[in-house]
Amino acid sequence: MSAVSDLRIAVPRGALLHDTLDLLDQLGIDTREVRDNDRKLLFEDAGIVTMRPSDVPTYVEAGAADLGVTGKDVLMEQSEREVYELMDLGYGRCLMVLAGEAGEDRAAEALRRLGVVRIATKYPRVAARHFLATGRQAEIVEVKGSVELAPLTGLVEAIVDLTATGTTLRENGLVVREEIAVCTARLIANPVAHKLRARQIDGLLERLGAV
Amino acid sequence: MSADAGSVPAVGEPRRNDGRAPPARERIPSGTRDVLPDEMREVRAVTDRMRAVFERSGFGEVYTPALEFEQTFERANIGTAAPAYRMFDEQGAVLVLRPDMTIPIARLVATRYTHVDPPLRFCYTAHAYRGVRPQRGQSREFLQSGVELVGVPGAAGTAEVLDVLCAALDAAGLQNYRVGLGDASLFPSLLTTFGVAAGRQEVILTELAAGDFVGVDQEVRALGLRKDDAELLLRLARTRGGPEVLDGLERRLHDALAGMREVHARLAPEVATRIIFDLGLVRSLGYYTGAVFGVYDPAYGVPLGSGGRYDELLGSFGRPLPAVGFAINVERLHIALTGEERSRRA
Repeated sequence: MSAVSDLRIAVPRGALLHDTLDLLDQLGIDTREVRDNDRKLLFEDAGIVTMRPSDVPTYVEAGAADLGVTGKDVLMEQSEREVYELMDLGYGRCLMVLAGEAGEDRAAEALRRLGVVRIATKYPRVAARHFLATGRQAEIVEVKGSVELAPLTGLVEAIVDLTATGTTLRENGLVVREEIAVCTARLIANPVAHKLRARQIDGLLERLGAV
Repeated sequence: MSADAGSVPAVGEPRRNDGRAPPARERIPSGTRDVLPDEMREVRAVTDRMRAVFERSGFGEVYTPALEFEQTFERANIGTAAPAYRMFDEQGAVLVLRPDMTIPIARLVATRYTHVDPPLRFCYTAHAYRGVRPQRGQSREFLQSGVELVGVPGAAGTAEVLDVLCAALDAAGLQNYRVGLGDASLFPSLLTTFGVAAGRQEVILTELAAGDFVGVDQEVRALGLRKDDAELLLRLARTRGGPEVLDGLERRLHDALAGMREVHARLAPEVATRIIFDLGLVRSLGYYTGAVFGVYDPAYGVPLGSGGRYDELLGSFGRPLPAVGFAINVERLHIALTGEERSRRA
């Protein structure tokens, strides 16, 4: 457990890792071992466990970690998870967008002529909620890998995906049609830890300037 | 908690996976479980010890049918715990599997004890049914142990029930638990005072219940309240801890805090030390009107039980009486007991 707060923190590997470790450095948690070692997963001395961002709510909900950092996109997709969302950390800013091939809007055409648009995404619930909320019928196709491939091969007419700079979309000839949400990194907590370790957690929030 | 093996047949080796999905007749519905003798013996020991505390404290055990008419639950504002399982009887009436025990007991009080003077004290150990996402500690059929105290209003009733709650958990052998104490009327009455429309109140209360502090923050800022008022709401949402966290809030929240302090002052000393004041704790069930509580243990990341005052519910069954109660989720308590036992061994 962390020498500073005695809390176990779930840290996301991938795009949010370095900003998250910088943040933990500010809190006085020694993250050198995490930075030097990208195979190891559990760092008992620092109170850090590392994992895929989409696994962070799972560990925090069950209390296997007291706190965690993950993207708002993950929290939107896993909205049934019982975790407390304590703070918008501001970094890792991305947009959740509806995108399709440049040129004629095939999604609009499908909706007009066929009544239903097919959407490929790694975020099936976010996509389904967006189409439900906007009163349009959609068939959601869940894919695990490169979503950009789906409209190019005719599998779907459009995609719902997360984009930081838009580069991958552009390189595949896709354009943003609608912005669904702004997603940033969030600090989340296990509800029971939030009650029972209030002083440690509030101390940490205070140092992050949240309170 | 270690169970005596006795002469019960052991389960032994699991059967071989032959690669074929078992036929439906061999399966049980998602979110339900078979309970075998080792677990059953441990669970029974826990519920027996709690039942003994309830009976000793004057709470008589009742049982109500697992099946009730749907209308019974439509009378009460049950919120997120609405019935999930419905069927028809031979006359075509809609029946539901009860999602909690409080409403059936409210019905029982109003119909079977019409002419009996309060206070009335009941306890139960019975299954309830909800359409939850099945995972550890989240079963669709789950065993609850709890009490309902009818006709003792305010702090006296709340404190009595909290004393019984802690005595039951002590008897079960749980050591490190804490009880969060909040007031379900705190946020609604403040938001009303600040002139927030009912629809917007609901958004904030839902976010508070879900622990979405970022959402509460955005919503409160978007309301255009006076700076003091907005800051008070945001501060209260995060206020939890010992009695010292109430200091400095007296001026704005005099009545609610006086009520909570009165409950605290009436508790048995060993119970009072278990209390965490939790001002952001809002109703998890729609019918709570005043004090609300939650049971937490560091050995398990999920609340073990909850309760609160429901002073309006019996009125909807035609017997207006104040009431308060709690329910412990026995499966979760069992998980926490094994967790505590494991950390004591470590």
